[in-house]
Amino acid sequence: MSWFTQALTSSIGKKLIMSLTGLFLISFLVIHATINAMIFYNDGGETFSHWGHFMGTNPIIRTLEIGLVLGFLIHIADGLWLTKKNNDARPVKYAVTNANANSTWYSRSMGLLGTLILIFLVIHTSHFWIPNRANQFATGEELPLYQMMLNIFQNIWVVVIYVLGCFSLFWHLLHGFESAFKTLGLYHLKYNGAIHFIGVAFSIVVPLLFALMPISIYLGWVY
Amino acid sequence: MSAGNMRLTLKVWRQSNTDTQGGFESYNLDGVSPDMSFLEMFDILNEQLIEESKEPVAFDHDCREGICGSCSMFINGQPHGPLKGVTTCQLHMRTFKDGDTITVEPWRSGAFPVIKDLVVDRDGFDRIISAGGFVSVNTGNAQDANNLPIAKEDADDAFSAAACIGCGACVAACKNASAMLFVSAKISQLALLPQGQAERSIRAEKMVAQMDAEGFGNCTNTHACSAECPKEISFENIARMNREYLGAKVSSKVV
Repeated sequence: MSWFTQALTSSIGKKLIMSLTGLFLISFLVIHATINAMIFYNDGGETFSHWGHFMGTNPIIRTLEIGLVLGFLIHIADGLWLTKKNNDARPVKYAVTNANANSTWYSRSMGLLGTLILIFLVIHTSHFWIPNRANQFATGEELPLYQMMLNIFQNIWVVVIYVLGCFSLFWHLLHGFESAFKTLGLYHLKYNGAIHFIGVAFSIVVPLLFALMPISIYLGWVY
Repeated sequence: MSAGNMRLTLKVWRQSNTDTQGGFESYNLDGVSPDMSFLEMFDILNEQLIEESKEPVAFDHDCREGICGSCSMFINGQPHGPLKGVTTCQLHMRTFKDGDTITVEPWRSGAFPVIKDLVVDRDGFDRIISAGGFVSVNTGNAQDANNLPIAKEDADDAFSAAACIGCGACVAACKNASAMLFVSAKISQLALLPQGQAERSIRAEKMVAQMDAEGFGNCTNTHACSAECPKEISFENIARMNREYLGAKVSSKVV
């Protein structure tokens, strides 16, 4: 095994991959939330569609999208691998655990929260991204995403699933954001406070913004 | 020692050896003094068992002063019990209430197989140390003070890391049975001092490789290890180990 493979398949290497892909996906969330928030202009989707069209057709963005899909796949695969290895490391479980005394439940549930987000992602991409790209591939035309949003979010159960997805994302980020920096070894008195503050703020603002989208459409605030 | 007046129910993990299946046994214990240590309470239980011609409970202990790292009981869901910064031997029965039921299990980790009852095999830790947790150059006699200048902050951090007694509570507490707090403390104490510099890279690489080979889990940064550590080893060491290891991998001459 080369030093490179050895490094990446070691315990710390697997954590490094988790951390880097996680931070990459966080950067994607910034773009995704910003562009989608354009619906709050309430201009019949004009601004949103303008940027949606740019993201869906610009060749540079489309190339980067391949990286994004890979980022998701690697983060998911590495997460499953780590969860499996970690389960195997304790073949006989404790009869009694009082883990709440030493850690937060969401920091211990990253695999579970990640799986919930994955289930949400399957539903979410089959609502918008997959049909849109499939249509572009087949006809070269984009689908009217704004109109699709207005239609899909009329169903209360879809709204509930999206809001639950946002809750999973909130807790996943609440631990994941800071954790990614610790794995990189970036843990220092001088900037721990800033990372914590930005991490908590990001974990609240982004999922809240996402959750407000289906809610606003369902309640008719955005039309 | 004040007169015993506590009545307890103990649920203790019994397992005759590594290859057999274990299970819980319940014992009632009368006349436990609140001033007894947890291990002294187990001594009373064992005397009772011997009088009843039953097999006493096997458990690890040595100094009973909180410095050797031998005792290793998982008490009511926490390594070394509910108190912060103490080993099982320094946990006293006044922490519990009369009539309590206390569940006692061994450290649970594939890398720490149960030898008997509450005794687990922690040789994995020794093999990790043997892989690189030492300074092999001759450092000579003790130097005169300040002959070898070391920043106060580095000396303090190295000393705090060196306080690790290798009990394995970090592994026991971790949801992934990860040994990263232990290994990072051992890497840190040497990485921070001048004597440790010559083998700094190779040490990090070899100790992490051995840790992985032992089958310990991977860190999720929950901080449970640090919260449960009887020596309160800082989580900062794990971040330092990540830097040491990744830095060594990309820059060391070992290919």
